[in-house]
Amino acid sequence: MKVKVIARNPDDYVRETKLDIQRVPRNYDPSLHPFEVSREYTRALNATKLERVFAKPFVASLDGHRDGVNCMAKHAKSLSTLLSGSCDGEVKVWNLSKHECVRTLQAHEGFVRGMVVRYCGTSFFTVGDDKTIKQWKMESPGYGEEEEPINTILGKTVYTGLDHHQNDPVFATCGQQVDIWDEQRSSPIRSFTWGVDSFSSVHFNPVETELLASCASDRSIVLYDMRESTPLKKVIMAMRSNTLSWNPMEAYYFTCANEDYNLYTYDMRYLAKPIMVHMDHVSAVLDVDYAPTGKEFVSASFDKTIRIFAKDGGHSREVYHTKRMQHVICIKWSADNKYILSGSDEMNIRLWKANAAEKLGVLAPREREAANYSQKLKEKFQHHPQIRRIARHRHLPKTIYHQTKELRVMKEARRRKERNVRKHSKPGSVPVVSEKEKHVVTVVK
Amino acid sequence: ITKYVIVTSSNLPLFAPILQLPARYWQELQEEERKDENKVKKDGEQSKEALQQEEDKTQKAKKRKQDQSPSDGEKKSDPFPGPAPIPEDRLQKFKRKDKLKKPHRKQHKLRDIIARSEDASEMAQKQAARFDLLLPEEAGFLEGDEDEDTCMISQEDIAEAVDITSGAKYFNLKLSQFGPYRLDYSKTGRHLLLGGRRGHVACIDWASKQLMCEINVMESVNDVKWLHTEAMYAVAQKKWLYIYDSNGIELHCIRKFNDVLRMQFLPYHFLLATICHALGSAGKISVDEHFLNQPHHIQSHINHIRWPLSIYFTLSYKNLVFVVVVVFVYMVTSGMDKKLKVYDVRTFKPLKSYFLPAGAACLSLSQKGLLSAATGDVVQVYKDVCSMPVTKPYMAHRLRGTVWGLHFCPFEDVLGIGHGDGFTSMLVPGAGEPNFDGLDANPYRSAKQRQEWEVKALMEKIQPDLISLDPTELAQVDQATWEQRHQDRVEVLGFDPLAKEKFVPKYKKKGRSSAGAIERRKKQVAHEEQRDVIRKSVEDKMKMEKERKERERKKAALSTQKSALDRFKK
Repeated sequence: MKVKVIARNPDDYVRETKLDIQRVPRNYDPSLHPFEVSREYTRALNATKLERVFAKPFVASLDGHRDGVNCMAKHAKSLSTLLSGSCDGEVKVWNLSKHECVRTLQAHEGFVRGMVVRYCGTSFFTVGDDKTIKQWKMESPGYGEEEEPINTILGKTVYTGLDHHQNDPVFATCGQQVDIWDEQRSSPIRSFTWGVDSFSSVHFNPVETELLASCASDRSIVLYDMRESTPLKKVIMAMRSNTLSWNPMEAYYFTCANEDYNLYTYDMRYLAKPIMVHMDHVSAVLDVDYAPTGKEFVSASFDKTIRIFAKDGGHSREVYHTKRMQHVICIKWSADNKYILSGSDEMNIRLWKANAAEKLGVLAPREREAANYSQKLKEKFQHHPQIRRIARHRHLPKTIYHQTKELRVMKEARRRKERNVRKHSKPGSVPVVSEKEKHVVTVVK
Repeated sequence: ITKYVIVTSSNLPLFAPILQLPARYWQELQEEERKDENKVKKDGEQSKEALQQEEDKTQKAKKRKQDQSPSDGEKKSDPFPGPAPIPEDRLQKFKRKDKLKKPHRKQHKLRDIIARSEDASEMAQKQAARFDLLLPEEAGFLEGDEDEDTCMISQEDIAEAVDITSGAKYFNLKLSQFGPYRLDYSKTGRHLLLGGRRGHVACIDWASKQLMCEINVMESVNDVKWLHTEAMYAVAQKKWLYIYDSNGIELHCIRKFNDVLRMQFLPYHFLLATICHALGSAGKISVDEHFLNQPHHIQSHINHIRWPLSIYFTLSYKNLVFVVVVVFVYMVTSGMDKKLKVYDVRTFKPLKSYFLPAGAACLSLSQKGLLSAATGDVVQVYKDVCSMPVTKPYMAHRLRGTVWGLHFCPFEDVLGIGHGDGFTSMLVPGAGEPNFDGLDANPYRSAKQRQEWEVKALMEKIQPDLISLDPTELAQVDQATWEQRHQDRVEVLGFDPLAKEKFVPKYKKKGRSSAGAIERRKKQVAHEEQRDVIRKSVEDKMKMEKERKERERKKAALSTQKSALDRFKK
């Protein structure tokens, strides 16, 4: 007869010395691991609950400004440097890893309206209410030297926005018209006007570097090509946009922050209808910035909250608020995709985590694997009602909670009225307008 | 709003048929090569038309990859191009679910998500199937010579033929004083718990024969069961249910459960299922099941537990003893009517039925699918009962006393038998799973590993509400129809939230709310509603008319088609 019985050699299964790691043989046979769906579901539930437990997004507050923070600029080359301009003309340079201010300079008399760091990282530009554009060195002045700009350009009108080209020594300002400047000249090389007398912001496209967009006071967004002599086209909306941000990964998408509490993502080629309407704020949206991955963006609103949206999500995935944070004026997503910087009315700049439950710092390989596994589980089971309920739950300040409810009631009332009007009119006389089309008035070429 | 798609789950193939392996290893590969070539040819034909389509991208990429390998063929070309092939049966073992039906073309996001997740799932299954090659141990077997019958081979012969350590696994414990013994192996298979009917309870590490504890509970013992580790066990004594420590210290006495006959521990739910003495009326199998943690009654318990377990229940009036063993989809029962029946649990249909010389009093199923049945003092082991019809036993053994308890040891080729004369450990080659998973049940775990495992297992404990007949229920899309959900909502709320509320006109001041005015207002609303109803019915009628006209037109078009055979028609 031929016989074989399972005979295991303990030397193969037990470690040799105390200094070795334990031996763990694996067998992935499904019959050895029954109830896999239920166990995964339980793990996903635990992971979601733990995410809410560890969701502590606030990192630090940068104190020092003596008036509200009006604008911020990310350093082009250094992740730990941030520049901020305040409403009393002060510009501060911060070291984010030490949470302290490295340098202060009095840039303008009046508001600092716009700031941008040059692509090489050695100098930065500021514009202010005193109708000047100033260029400063990035290094602190040496001992005994005074803070002086490298270059000052005096203009005739107030400039309200500033942005620099991605690769060329060209920058753009906006005020009464949109000007393109060469760094060596003291008058603009090109000016764009289109019947509007005030523009609030101008932004260069980071991918298609010759394109610009600006927000005008006649509730429109105007697109320009630097190489042309006239603007390309503009889209007029129902309410004014405060600012906009281009998607750093998709060349033709930009998101604008509007006064009617929404954000609109447009495709530059088809301005007639926005790609997405992002609704969740309960007051005017003041600033928006994209994550460097291009998959998410963050918006700052007059209603004292910060919201993070997915690029194709109609509602926010996360909301940050603090009792001490008042109206948030400007917001930036750090270039390493991990932090969000918000500058607000009460003279503080706050540093937040982009993923509230993330563990910062270097993770051991097993930690990283466990975090990735939990993340994937949460994604897999996100539609189950219990898990969805826990993942969605956020605490909101009472004012915002009540305001959201009120807005919902108002929207429902408007919808009901529209339905009734359509019911009682001649069929076809009242056309159905989708939510996206409702907010665009017209596109002008 | 996400649209739901119907999802079907495939059966878990428990015992896959053994495929005919190719005589030479390259023959399989040649088939693979031919398949690859066909694919390349198909790509070449399609690529011209498919240039405008998006699927072309993946095909082009594949073609490019395959083109590259023969293009640098001036040097050496790979005789076995492409990834290593995986045998079909191994892939089948890891297969989880059939592919989903593709959603509508317009649902871009959903299609994307489903395609991506299916790709990832396939890759994971393939990786797991490839890993199978690296498993260290192989299963046992017993093959007789030309004229020898495997059931005639005695245990002593087997013990002599194998090595010393394996031979030592066949042993007898002579314990004739304290009645027939019931037994239980812990989940890792290292520790053995013995309970004699007259009160003797002992737990030992059976491989090293180290005694962990030995007590006499001074009462008759109906059943013994390990809990999740070798630290605690439950003893169903005559009156109540007791839980002891592995040192023999009594931890709990649970008076709620009296007259417990049999127990089973569910390791992933951390629940102890018990069967108490039947109190129901004659003729009915009324079994009350008490869960240790939640004392609520569940009537048809078989529907709720799907893990290899043996359940014994008595029909009080006939005094028949039924023995039930359930594993995944098959349920094996045996009774005094001398028949062994195999059922499909999901459909409750009997699949096979065998004849035994006497009814089997005990049944046990091993990890590899061997079934052991005990009648009187003879134990017989059958191979592959569930899939193939079985005529004679694989092995047999006769014992000193009547058999009272049977249990296969989890990762060993050993069957433990508790009988009137004590305990016997019997060698059954091919019974145990040779490769265990170190993270689940590891017989060689250290104390630290056990602690970590315990904490993780407790955190992943499955809640009892998730117990159901179909274990993959959570993974399926809930397609409850709108009506069903609405009905549930009405039940829960107590009223119908969508029912139209009766119109109550607002009370106006200054005499505007006279009876006539109110009636007029009510009539207005009623007329409006009537108009709605009429409009809707008119629309429906128009639609039906249109459809009818379309159909007639199509029929007319078909009939007016001229064909050459028309002249033969009358």
